[in-house]
Amino acid sequence: MQDEPTPTELLNAVAEFLRNEIAPKISGAAGFKLRVATNAIDLVVRQLELSEPRAANELTRLVTLLGENGSLADLNRKLANSIATGAVDLNTPGLADHLWQSTMDKLAVDQPNYASYRRELEREKNS
Amino acid sequence: MSETFEADLARCVMRWCVGATGIANAARLSGGASQETWSFDIMHPDGNIGAILRRAPSGYGAAPERAAGLDAEAVLMQRAYAAGIPSPPVMHVLDTVDELGIGFIMGRIAGETIARKILRDDAFAAVRPKLARQVGDVLRGIHGLDRATLPQLRHMNPATEIAELTRDYRGFDWPRPVFDLALRWLADNDPGPAQHETLVHGDFRNGNLIIGEDGIRAVLDWELAHFGDPMEDLGWICVNSWRFGAIDKPVGGFGSREEMFAGYEAAGGRVDAVRVKYWEVMGTLRWGVMCCGMMQRFRAGPDHSMERAMIGRRASETEIDLLRLLAPRAGGG
Repeated sequence: MQDEPTPTELLNAVAEFLRNEIAPKISGAAGFKLRVATNAIDLVVRQLELSEPRAANELTRLVTLLGENGSLADLNRKLANSIATGAVDLNTPGLADHLWQSTMDKLAVDQPNYASYRRELEREKNS
Repeated sequence: MSETFEADLARCVMRWCVGATGIANAARLSGGASQETWSFDIMHPDGNIGAILRRAPSGYGAAPERAAGLDAEAVLMQRAYAAGIPSPPVMHVLDTVDELGIGFIMGRIAGETIARKILRDDAFAAVRPKLARQVGDVLRGIHGLDRATLPQLRHMNPATEIAELTRDYRGFDWPRPVFDLALRWLADNDPGPAQHETLVHGDFRNGNLIIGEDGIRAVLDWELAHFGDPMEDLGWICVNSWRFGAIDKPVGGFGSREEMFAGYEAAGGRVDAVRVKYWEVMGTLRWGVMCCGMMQRFRAGPDHSMERAMIGRRASETEIDLLRLLAPRAGGG
């Protein structure tokens, strides 16, 4: 059992330092890179916070969809192949829902401000 | 590095620019992970000349086999310039003796290329509503260039494009079921080669255009030019990634498809809206595959850049856009 602060707390502290104390001091190409760097830290924080339960749900959906057990990587590969061969398509019950849910979960970590994601999130709230 | 770079650049300029005494104000412009853009002034007794160096360090940029090649790109820009298509004058193509990598030096055209500024700044508020139509007009000009005057370029059609994207995607060995869904849709809906092949710019989008308060001043980045279906360019600029948040204005965040189509047809072109949609799907997947490629090259090194790593995490943006195109959820919007 590791001590505190947690990885998330440490990364947030680093990002805050870069944003509040370093960013105002630099500009140009280095300023652009610094923004990329703080974005990367934020992304890792979101992944640490969000991915575990969502990955478990993804695995459950894949097991149901494919009717077999395996690791997340194995079952994703199997699903990709089944779509490529046409064995599974958008008429297959559960496929569209699964792809949507898994993609929404990725965006929540990767790019939560992406406009398409925001639009789809609104749609989920309103439905 | 930068002192050597500036000295190399000055030597290069003095080699071909008669009377030039050196360079000044060299500044790396921010933005863009796949290429370096430098602004500088050529010092000249008759008056300084604003110039831009665009160079691609090895390992960056489009997949090498897709690139038109430097000589071809220079010729294309010169032909476009001569035909009245908004274009910067090419002043020099980098040579190995320049020791500056590969790229061009061209005249600096005042204006904005940063898509988000073009879409949000007040300075462009008056011209924004005109841009979608102008995109159609300029694209028709590009597609109307006389092929006899153009360099050798690759020929692409839906089938060859699908084959390349499939090969690249499989090469990453990272399964993405949404990409398989898109590849399958593209194969099932392949409209075949275009009846009339033309020059295709290949990367005509918001971000590769210099925009001024009077409209499009220059078309940049001809690196992916090829021969193929002209509707490909109309589809590519509609890819959601190039709307920069203005997702209800499909043409680069500027305006509607109808406005672009009207501009294209007024300039003498013919639009096939079904093909445009097809190429939008292809383009969305293509950008997704390119994002994955950035990640792959980040891992392979030796040029281990954080920007490229982060672009890998943008592939999922194209997955949601592919789902919005191919498996839209009920409820509109």
